[in-house]
Amino acid sequence: MDLSYSAEYEQFRAEVKQFLAANWTDEDRDSSPPPDGQAALMGAVIRTDDRATEFRVKAIERGYLYRHIPRAYGGGEQPYDPLKGVIIGEEFRLAKAPGEMVGQGASMLAPTLVEHGTEAQKQQFVRATLLGKLRWCQGYSEPGSGSDLASLRTRAELDGDFWVVNGQKIWTSNAVDSEWMFALVRTEPDAPKHDGISYLLIDMKTPGLDVRPLRQMTGEADFNEVFLDNVRVPKGNLVGPRGKGWVVSRSTLKHERALIGGSFITRRTFDGLTMVAQAAQLRGEPVMKNPVIRDRLIQLETRLLASEYNGHRLLTLQARGEEQGLAGMVMKLFTTQLSYDISKTAMDVLGDRGALGRGDFNTPDMGMFSYSYMWALGILIAGGTANIQRNIIAERGLGMPRDSKK
Amino acid sequence: MDFGLSEDQLLLKETIKRFLAEQCPTTRVRRIMEGEASLARELWTQLAELGVAGVVVPAAHGGLERELLDLALVAEELGYAAAPGPFLGNAMASVALVEGGDVSQAQRWLGPIASGEVVATVAWGEENGEWTPAALRSRVESGRLSGKKLLVPSAQISDVLVVAAQDAGGPALWVVERNAPGVEVAAMTVNDMTRPLDVVTFSDAPAAKLPNAAAVQRTWDAGLILLAADAYGGSLRCLEMASSYALTREQFGQVIGSFQAVKHQLANMAADLEPSLALVWYSAHAFDRIQDQSTRHAALVKAHMADLFDRVARDTTELHGGIGFTWEFDLHLWFRRALFDRSVLGEAIYHRARAADLAGW
Repeated sequence: MDLSYSAEYEQFRAEVKQFLAANWTDEDRDSSPPPDGQAALMGAVIRTDDRATEFRVKAIERGYLYRHIPRAYGGGEQPYDPLKGVIIGEEFRLAKAPGEMVGQGASMLAPTLVEHGTEAQKQQFVRATLLGKLRWCQGYSEPGSGSDLASLRTRAELDGDFWVVNGQKIWTSNAVDSEWMFALVRTEPDAPKHDGISYLLIDMKTPGLDVRPLRQMTGEADFNEVFLDNVRVPKGNLVGPRGKGWVVSRSTLKHERALIGGSFITRRTFDGLTMVAQAAQLRGEPVMKNPVIRDRLIQLETRLLASEYNGHRLLTLQARGEEQGLAGMVMKLFTTQLSYDISKTAMDVLGDRGALGRGDFNTPDMGMFSYSYMWALGILIAGGTANIQRNIIAERGLGMPRDSKK
Repeated sequence: MDFGLSEDQLLLKETIKRFLAEQCPTTRVRRIMEGEASLARELWTQLAELGVAGVVVPAAHGGLERELLDLALVAEELGYAAAPGPFLGNAMASVALVEGGDVSQAQRWLGPIASGEVVATVAWGEENGEWTPAALRSRVESGRLSGKKLLVPSAQISDVLVVAAQDAGGPALWVVERNAPGVEVAAMTVNDMTRPLDVVTFSDAPAAKLPNAAAVQRTWDAGLILLAADAYGGSLRCLEMASSYALTREQFGQVIGSFQAVKHQLANMAADLEPSLALVWYSAHAFDRIQDQSTRHAALVKAHMADLFDRVARDTTELHGGIGFTWEFDLHLWFRRALFDRSVLGEAIYHRARAADLAGW
């Protein structure tokens, strides 16, 4: 066990710092508007103006961004090295410099095209997506197909050189702002359900495609419904073979995921909570003096530390080329449950002022904790609900029999 | 940057695991538990031959000269096997002597402890659930120790005790020989019969002070981390037993592991347990290398793992149904072990309150 970086990595860190100092000035840093939404949650800078693009291109050239994507398609193309990935992430965040684009285009579509796309698709889409010039939404979930995604019913039928798509997608983040959607559609209605799905790229401006914002329990509309009524998609927009969309959507291209940064938001929320607990009073006593609250906060901090150290462990397993196994598989359930519990304790710290919403100055958190309490539940559901995670852990991690009706 | 075990550490862990699997099956655990003293002694001698009694003892005294992380890996395997014996007290006493003793004390005790010829333990907790060094009431005056210690691990079979007490200078550690005048040992009735606990009463017993008083906190911290590691090992064993039972037990025409309720119970255990391993490792590593974090981490990890082991052992028993509630089935060895781990050296709520104080909240 050695938690310091070797001389080779310290040298690399110095190079990254030097590059940032030379190419992203204090003025650049201060001119970035404060990020909001998903980018704020990830501490990312999502600027896509010319200055940011110029910087990103240089950073890609140096091999600091999109290290898993070949240079031919606009990536940084570097040997797999998760430790370098972590160092780059840390330094870029410190300098508030534009990093890889947040969102499903850069993180999901681009690697999928590199692995499964035609040469023409790669040339047309990958570089522009990496630079944030093309924005994507993901057309997977449907009203009748949530946890059981492979039961999806949006169908595409071949008509000459076009696929004609009919159906409805839901929970589509960023559909309003996106130029394109990558979608899973049923092309082989007679095949077993996983084998009847294809992966299709759909231009959001195509006639027959209608986006309607979907308001969630927080009161805002961060998601959308997408209705497809005889939407004609060129044949060439099929990615991978017909009927192989399920496999294509599970692109395995190795990305150096920022595992250490993974608990960054949870840490920030927890630290914010302890500050509020120290400052806030209930019935004339500082909340932090309440032994029940102290006990709960320590329990939460311990779980948070466990998830942070487990991130270090996963990173080491990656760097050693070993399987992550259960330690990786449990993380979504562990961290989302933890975030939820932190927000829940925050509601107790606020006492009766948990009734107040965002912007109310009668509560020391200005209503932020009740907002994150709701969002914590959303994250517990998004991308595979807690119960689906439990199925995965039990079946793939502990070897329990798979449900025969799948 | 490498958050993992070295090859030497993996080898040590694997060696102990294999030895216990072959030489310490639950049939032997039960015979020792039911009072076969010669078997207990023989097991400790065998473990000492593998280095277990002197993991942190310098090589000059015949030890492995490793760190607390290595010792914690051994503790994990002992917990996994529900191994009986004086490991905890002996390990804490060896940490105390290594960190707190002078040359002659080290010379006198560390060699025989590492070889297993001398068994050592620590006498720490007192009435009213007190474990905090500065609040202990045992007193030393002019080299004579008086006081009453509860929950002393394996005192009956120990040759020497390291005692936490106070003199005019505050809390420190003293070495007292088991056979010295003024030392009385009486057995307590315990839940975990693999690791006996005793009451030790000192009445003007001759005591030799360890010069480095900082060893008091270090020794307590080490014990807390070792108990957490033991609890991790025990929890892991429970999860494995639960999973394997779920794959073999059939009801309603299928293995019970097909039922979602059972799957989810197992998944919850795994999700709680798996990230905790990194916490145990980090806490031990902090003890070795990041000492300003060590006391708080020791408190956190002990509280966390004690609660978790208890919960996992409970869920595993429930998942087994009736068979899990029988004496004949081995599961209660771990259920009872969890009762030891949660209590000895202080309970979870106490350590969480300490951790909150240490955070300056």
